[in-house]
Amino acid sequence: MQTNLSQSIRPRKKKRNWQLFWILLPMLILVVMFHYVPLAGWALSLFEYKPGYPLLQNKFIGLKYFQMILTKSTTRRVMRNTLIFSSLDFLTLPLPMLLAVLLNEIRSDRFRKLAQVITTLPHFISWVIVYSLAFALFSSEGLLNQLRAELNLPAQSILTDRNAVYWFQTLIALWKGLGWSAIIYIAAIAGIDQELYEAATVDGAGRFRCALHVTIPGLMPTFIVLMLLRVSNFINSGIDQYYVFQNNIIYNNIEVLDLYVYTVGLKKQDYSYAIAAGIMKSFISIALLFIANTTAKKVRGESII
Amino acid sequence: MTREKKLSPGRKKTIRESTGRKVFVVWNYLFFLLLILICAFPLYYILVQSLSGSIVAGKGILVPYRFTFSNYRDVFRMEGILDSLLISVSRTVIGTVITVFCCMLMGYLFTKEELPGRRFFYRMVTVTMYVSGGIIPTFLVIRMYGLINSFWVYVLPTAVSAYYIILIKTYIEGLPSSVEESAMLDGAGPMTIFLRIIMPMSLPIAATIAVYASVYQWNSWFDNHIYTFTNNALTTMQYKLYKFLNQAERLAEQIESMSGDTSRLDNALTPQGVRMTVTVVAVIPVMMIYPFLQRYFIKGINIGAVKG
Repeated sequence: MQTNLSQSIRPRKKKRNWQLFWILLPMLILVVMFHYVPLAGWALSLFEYKPGYPLLQNKFIGLKYFQMILTKSTTRRVMRNTLIFSSLDFLTLPLPMLLAVLLNEIRSDRFRKLAQVITTLPHFISWVIVYSLAFALFSSEGLLNQLRAELNLPAQSILTDRNAVYWFQTLIALWKGLGWSAIIYIAAIAGIDQELYEAATVDGAGRFRCALHVTIPGLMPTFIVLMLLRVSNFINSGIDQYYVFQNNIIYNNIEVLDLYVYTVGLKKQDYSYAIAAGIMKSFISIALLFIANTTAKKVRGESII
Repeated sequence: MTREKKLSPGRKKTIRESTGRKVFVVWNYLFFLLLILICAFPLYYILVQSLSGSIVAGKGILVPYRFTFSNYRDVFRMEGILDSLLISVSRTVIGTVITVFCCMLMGYLFTKEELPGRRFFYRMVTVTMYVSGGIIPTFLVIRMYGLINSFWVYVLPTAVSAYYIILIKTYIEGLPSSVEESAMLDGAGPMTIFLRIIMPMSLPIAATIAVYASVYQWNSWFDNHIYTFTNNALTTMQYKLYKFLNQAERLAEQIESMSGDTSRLDNALTPQGVRMTVTVVAVIPVMMIYPFLQRYFIKGINIGAVKG
């Protein structure tokens, strides 16, 4: 995803055509309306904003909310949850690559295609449906507990188990995303130079050694880019998954930063405070993005954005 | 790309295969069988349950228990289900058409050097991938625009997507420019060129974007939850399901009020039955189209990867 336009330089500069601009304008207005005007809303974090009053009639309080966020114990809990989910997710990053390598070892074209279609399917269902499936399988009346009851085992509800939240949500996310994330590696495997395999085979390498010494090193650049992109999104855990799976019992463990901002802002209508929290989140992500990008430039001599 | 025969490198037949290799191959097949089972079983299970006449613990796991379509018949009689299906279909169709049109046109315009301020505007669009006002400021401006409880809140905020525009621009830049130039010499205006020449030549990328956008629209529910939750006429299928999952009592009441005219001792509608059936209805369109359109999804990833 490069925004660098300098590659497409053509020799002569063409004449400006304002007609093109007028065609572009309506869509530019949409971009401004839904992406840039909200940025102006950041100013509200400096006021004690009450809906319905013009901005300047609200009390100016400066950076008070930012200070509050930094000292509140809730912030610490929410950050901890976010970092735990992100770290666990980070640990699963090599799995799609591994899956692609294993899939590549399957000889039957038909079976390989079938496996690819079925494992990527969960990516295309919404989190509401994922929750509905989890509910059907793991709730107190779900399939798991029906089977446990038949074996005379005590009922067990993972969905309301506070200690299970972290690993359970990680596994659910893995179920949804594993096959889809593998596709990019499958494409990358197709792009590896065939001569490398021939050379390795001549040197006496079997298929296992080919995978270890040719395929995996060939996939490393892709892996590194994806890893760095993940770093830049470390605190952007998203909200959908945690929102649908939340309940009163596990709330303190599942509340990630995005969910916190939503709850404070839209449920408690504490707009200014929630905006301040959102701004801090944005700044941290932008800083992480720059760090990731600089690292990418150093490691592979090319930026990721 | 991935459809080429030579997907798997080094797949040359070795004359003698070691025992270790054979063991690996067997385990690898077993592993993928297990993975397929894990991915497909939850969906299969709710399908079986939705086709079961009555939901009894431990029954209807692999095959429907007392096979019947009565759940479907009754669910579609429930208040608001058909309306929400209609809303989901409308937002998917309208949202996809608007997104594809806007992104294609923008992607095309950004390939034109004659566009004044091209670099600046392109940057302005791509920056939105990394910087966003956040959920609360976005909510406040959408309220300011009067889009709360309006159908347009489903389709307008997502009409222009930076990522799609990058994909489209990359694609159009790769097209031969001679056809366009000759049309220009014939005096065709930019819109004519876009509709008559660029669109037909870019159908593969347009299809890819359409597939992505339609799945996104069909699956969306959070915008419904934030912006239009007080307007029942705009409830989508996904959000209906979300409410059924979270408001067990309301659902039970609704079923109760229905059973006056549809009371049958045997195949009475149950909350679980409703949930399973609505889940199937909400998931089936994606399941039906996905295997056929998989190559379009993968194409999107591949173009993105080349760019990245």
